Amino acid sequence: MIVEILVNGIVISAIYALLASGFALIFGVARIINLGHTAFYMLAAYFLFTFANLLGLNVFLSAILSIVIVVLMGIGVYELLIDPIREHETTVLLTTIALAILIQSCMLEAFGGQYRGVSSFFFGSVELLGVSVSYQQLLTIGLALVVLFSLWLFLSKSKLGVAIRATAQDREVANLMGIDVGRICLTTMAVAVGLAAISGVIVAALFVAGPTMWMEPLIIVVAIVVLGGLGSVRGSFVGALIMGFVETMVVVFLPMGSFLKGAIALAVMVVVLLIKPEGMFGVVFEEERL
Amino acid sequence: MTAHYFRRLYKIYQSQVLAIPGRVIAVFFFLFLLLLPIFVRDVYILRIFIFANVFVIFAVSWDVLGGFTGQINFGHALFFGVAAYTAALLNIHLGLTPWLTIPLGAIVAVAAGLLVGIPALRLRGHYLALATLAFPLMLTGGVFAFSNLTGGELGLSGVTPLPGSRMSQYYASFLLMAGSVLIMWKLTDANSSIIRIAVIFHAIREDEIAARACGINTIRYKLLAFAISGFFAGVAGGFYVHFLRIAGPSTLELMLSFQAIIWTIFGGIGTIYGAVVGVYILYPLMEVLRAAPELRMFVFALIIMVILRFMPEGIAVWVRDKLEKECPRCKLANAAWRTNCRACGAALYLEKANSSQNLEIERK
Repeated sequence: MIVEILVNGIVISAIYALLASGFALIFGVARIINLGHTAFYMLAAYFLFTFANLLGLNVFLSAILSIVIVVLMGIGVYELLIDPIREHETTVLLTTIALAILIQSCMLEAFGGQYRGVSSFFFGSVELLGVSVSYQQLLTIGLALVVLFSLWLFLSKSKLGVAIRATAQDREVANLMGIDVGRICLTTMAVAVGLAAISGVIVAALFVAGPTMWMEPLIIVVAIVVLGGLGSVRGSFVGALIMGFVETMVVVFLPMGSFLKGAIALAVMVVVLLIKPEGMFGVVFEEERL
Repeated sequence: MTAHYFRRLYKIYQSQVLAIPGRVIAVFFFLFLLLLPIFVRDVYILRIFIFANVFVIFAVSWDVLGGFTGQINFGHALFFGVAAYTAALLNIHLGLTPWLTIPLGAIVAVAAGLLVGIPALRLRGHYLALATLAFPLMLTGGVFAFSNLTGGELGLSGVTPLPGSRMSQYYASFLLMAGSVLIMWKLTDANSSIIRIAVIFHAIREDEIAARACGINTIRYKLLAFAISGFFAGVAGGFYVHFLRIAGPSTLELMLSFQAIIWTIFGGIGTIYGAVVGVYILYPLMEVLRAAPELRMFVFALIIMVILRFMPEGIAVWVRDKLEKECPRCKLANAAWRTNCRACGAALYLEKANSSQNLEIERK
């Protein structure tokens, strides 16, 4: 029982961590609340399904192809739709919701309403302390750790990463230091969408793909990011761990747990906010200069 | 004597309505809504407009909180749903009439608004927006978990319908809409010399710290904004449930909260009329699109994205800016095709104005 909770909790946390860190990154750098973030994750899952199951390509090749295509689409969306209206914050919010609805209806039209299973990357499972853990689950955990570690390396060591963090801290001063803020925002969007695409590819093989699969994770991701502190990648990692385990434990221990898991996850968020209004690792942004 | 009053009334009408193109359109639209059931007997079309009227109240109440006070609420369906379930439960179990259940539902929604307002006191900006997302979803979880009281997924059916024919139901919804919008418009009119809260709401939106430094108890006023907004959203919810006769979890849905935001921002945030325009364009449009159900959401989302890409401040504001021009000197609204202000005579457009004429006016 305990091992089962541990394994499931870690797998779910890993997926949430990938999603939430992208959401936190794009908010922190470009101040965009991208409510269409999980729509990209859905898109990646469906692309994987198309390439691997319908066209019969190699699973790894189709995973990489789907990630690349989704990242390109994310860049296109940013350039065409979000960048021209960035001044109007609420309008950006609305555009991203509309984008998610648009992608949902496209997927509904192209693939129908039923759930689609995608074949796993590896078959088989291993016995761990009396609990069978599939290779796919192990792969998920490993891949998430590798990706998050390389994200951390990228942000803290590379020149571009430092520029991204500088932009997140203070746009104007970063601009004065010769950083091309517009290009940094675009790069961040690409990285964020890439993280969403990676998690989408993993989830498609682990669970199933459906046209409304973006909604539930969106709420949880929002909860995680608020819990951890908006714009803080470290905070969203810790938040993802908390939410993943809360969700797993609610499903296991409570009757009617699957109905209540979202409600309890959100209740946890509200409690944390009541104690610490800027989230666990929240940065209190200086008031934007005029 | 009466002739004098009529002449004065006409004078006011001339200067306050006829001179401003936006208001002329508003008056014509009001007359259109008023006379609609006389010319259109189709029950289905009236039903669409009844729903549109209800959602106007809902969207405008979001605008009061989100647009005017700056407290962006992602969970506005909470008020709607709480009032809907309260009205339905009171009606089914206690047999109260809609005259009582709608206001009682709205009062319970106000209580819910204050309950949400308490965490809102501590949160600001994006945190508030994202945290308010949680409340209706938490309640939805509760609705599913306690399905023997709330009816679970099917909801509560058997609510007493509104009395009278479809036409009188239409007029009830119309009057309720007109009255609620008028009250909310007056409450948020910053030029008003009687009601002070509008200016304070604006101050909180623009700079909360500065407002507090001016001795305004911002917490109290933010709670007041939540209460006003919750009350009218609750009225809409109660009316909706008595018209539809079912209170289901769809009244708490994430999509309903998003709809309020979509309607308001599509029309123009922080303007009241923007929310009204947004609902009357988008809601009937969605009904027309039912003809092609598979394309419905696609077209809807596409229209929103394209319109907002080119009119990021909302369609109503964009049209108003095309039709009207504010006088640079006395801030009075003028028709955009005038060259000089109708009150003070100042040139409206600097580059177009004849400089010698301009100087003459200046000397006067």
